[in-house]
Amino acid sequence: MNGSAGVTIRNGQALPLADVPHVSTTAFLAAIWERTRSGERISALFGAPGVPGDAGKTRLFAVLADDQHGTLVALSTSVGERYPSLTPDCSQAHWFEREIAEQWGILPEGHPWLKPIRFHHSYRPGHDVWGRKPDDFIPCSVTNYFKMAGEEVHEVAVGPIHAGIIEPGSFRFQCHGETVYHLEISLGYQHRGIERQLIGGPNKRTIHYMETAAGDTTIGHTTAYCQNLEALAGCRVPARAQVLRGVALELERLANHTGDLGGLATDIAYLPTAAYCGRLRGDWLNMTGLWCGNRFGRAGVVPGGVRYDLHDGYVQQMRDRTAGARQGLTGAANLLFDATSVLARFEDTGVVSLEDCNKLGLVGPAARACGAERDVRHDFPSGIYRFVHIPVSAVRSGDVFARAYIRWLECQRSMDFLTEQLSILPSGPVRQDCKPLEPDSFAVSLVEGWRGEICHVAITDGKGKFAAYKIVDPSFHNWAGLQMALRNQAISDFPVCNKSFSLSYCGHDL
Amino acid sequence: MLHILYERLNVQGYRTMAYPAAPPNPPPERFRGLPVIDSSKCPPNCRECVDACPTSAITQADGKLSIDLGRCLFCPDCTEACPENAIAYSQDYRLAVRNREDLVYDGRAVRLAESLDEKSRRIFGRSLKLRQVSAAGCNGCEADVNVLSTVVFDLGRFGIQFVASPRHADGLLITGPVSQNMKLALEDCYACTPAPKFVIAVGACAISGGPFIDHPEQINGAASSLKVDLYIPGCPPHPLTILDGLLRLIGRIEHEFPPAAK
Repeated sequence: MNGSAGVTIRNGQALPLADVPHVSTTAFLAAIWERTRSGERISALFGAPGVPGDAGKTRLFAVLADDQHGTLVALSTSVGERYPSLTPDCSQAHWFEREIAEQWGILPEGHPWLKPIRFHHSYRPGHDVWGRKPDDFIPCSVTNYFKMAGEEVHEVAVGPIHAGIIEPGSFRFQCHGETVYHLEISLGYQHRGIERQLIGGPNKRTIHYMETAAGDTTIGHTTAYCQNLEALAGCRVPARAQVLRGVALELERLANHTGDLGGLATDIAYLPTAAYCGRLRGDWLNMTGLWCGNRFGRAGVVPGGVRYDLHDGYVQQMRDRTAGARQGLTGAANLLFDATSVLARFEDTGVVSLEDCNKLGLVGPAARACGAERDVRHDFPSGIYRFVHIPVSAVRSGDVFARAYIRWLECQRSMDFLTEQLSILPSGPVRQDCKPLEPDSFAVSLVEGWRGEICHVAITDGKGKFAAYKIVDPSFHNWAGLQMALRNQAISDFPVCNKSFSLSYCGHDL
Repeated sequence: MLHILYERLNVQGYRTMAYPAAPPNPPPERFRGLPVIDSSKCPPNCRECVDACPTSAITQADGKLSIDLGRCLFCPDCTEACPENAIAYSQDYRLAVRNREDLVYDGRAVRLAESLDEKSRRIFGRSLKLRQVSAAGCNGCEADVNVLSTVVFDLGRFGIQFVASPRHADGLLITGPVSQNMKLALEDCYACTPAPKFVIAVGACAISGGPFIDHPEQINGAASSLKVDLYIPGCPPHPLTILDGLLRLIGRIEHEFPPAAK
């Protein structure tokens, strides 16, 4: 066996489960190591005990993405109670291996940073890498934080409840004076047990879990889920529905990017843009509401297409509203990026190098702000993005400025997309019935959500029900990027750095 | 500076809504507000809506349907399943109540939230400081609470403000089903809030657990841990629904604006 172990799979494709190579653990780890060393990324790496493996062992799956060539590769192995950790030689694996250890009680031997990530009991009772008993109380975020020692060194603990209206998480800063030497982020407060409930589905609650996995990314996660279902059911989504999904996804991106530009302006007290973007964000949300009745796109995307069509009157309204919001957003963004006081605050703050970005496997705007030109819409296009190419935006400086400016660039591309697509909507139906799912199959679905790559992996059992369903929110990759951004920064830079990443707590905690 | 003034005067304009003095801009036509129930349309022995509901919000007894608005996700699963249009959604965004049982809705008028007593209104009617706690909320409710502080809704004009510390707060506004992992932090936060204090539960999760009802990782909403004084249903509630609820509580709703009939 060598590093080429693995089967090539397209975004939104289903394969017989038997076609996913089931290799020795050594070959599995070697393949991941070699592929990531040559520039591929880990899109998913997870345990799936619901899928048969070698006797008495747990099945592990990996999906690797080659952004340059636009190929995805899947492979699997079976492991016992322990296996040699990838993390010392492959930093991208660090969070995934902690998740596997926590969910399934499998020890990645030699993991340098082995701590829980969500603070729950092992899903295999009696197998806990930290030796906790099934009835022990597990206090969230109580763990052995990285500590710095020395004179005048101090620790700042923030959270889980933060000052604003924001989800909970725990942050520990190791400081010397104002300077942060290290930030450690510990999450898990938002853990609702979604993945466990998906096994045995789909059922009537499944799509609602997708819509609320990260409620600000309803369209992204639901589309990723529907693509998997359509692949497993051999369902073809009508052209008009593909376009409407694209419109909804770009509206979601616009709403959140606009909100983040306003949030960044708020954090540095640049009030004109803060005020205008707060209002403009609502304009995008209300356009989603016009389409499906809900500002966050709930009930809009369904397996086989979309639930709601846009009649001609609505199309015209959307075009008019896009033009109006574009004028407002252009004005608000120009004020922000023309102000020297803003640039002085944004530039060289919270820098993440391209090298660190690639080692950590960052995705989305956070990666593109470091110069990593990766975008699922371009590299692994599905749906409307196979026919309409949205240019990839990239900035090289890796600082708060780059993460702010990339959002403005992406907003412009998304608005161009809306204007164009809303004037050439194909006719026809918007929903196709889906047949039952193919049994014993494996499907991967990627969507470029507003935070970056959303990866869903579905594996069905002999009856066509989910034997495993894996959700990887972009935040799962990117929280480590925020930790790196804070190194050698003033602690007062944290809010603006945090906002520049704008990550999901519940999408991570699931 | 001149650019900012030009932008404000010529592009951005004045955007604060006239509501509650005048009717708000209506929610979109497809908005799913207060349901309309007509049990007389139900075919004999039909349970399609009951079976379709993802959160078991619908019950049927003696041929009468009722919907627990505290569990309802305001999704179209029931209306799509119904063969006779016995359930539909109206444009009515007014949904907030003071008592949990008032959320069990059988098609008759909802007993909307009453304001605080005279003494409390004197204290809080023009100055209400709230500490928001997200306890495993999906950032949907959080986002639409946040939006109330934008220039459009401008919560500040009612003296309502979200504050950074429970020590400065008159009450908590809770979103999310309350995960096991947030329960302790939420209770600590409540303990740190000086009395008299209220608890406001916003969204299906905070009221009942929402889509996560009965998961062992959460406790089915804030009322499982604290006494709740105001329930604002929705998934997530529209910002107008939240604003309407807050204003009802402090007695600042002087005119009712029922939705235009469809």
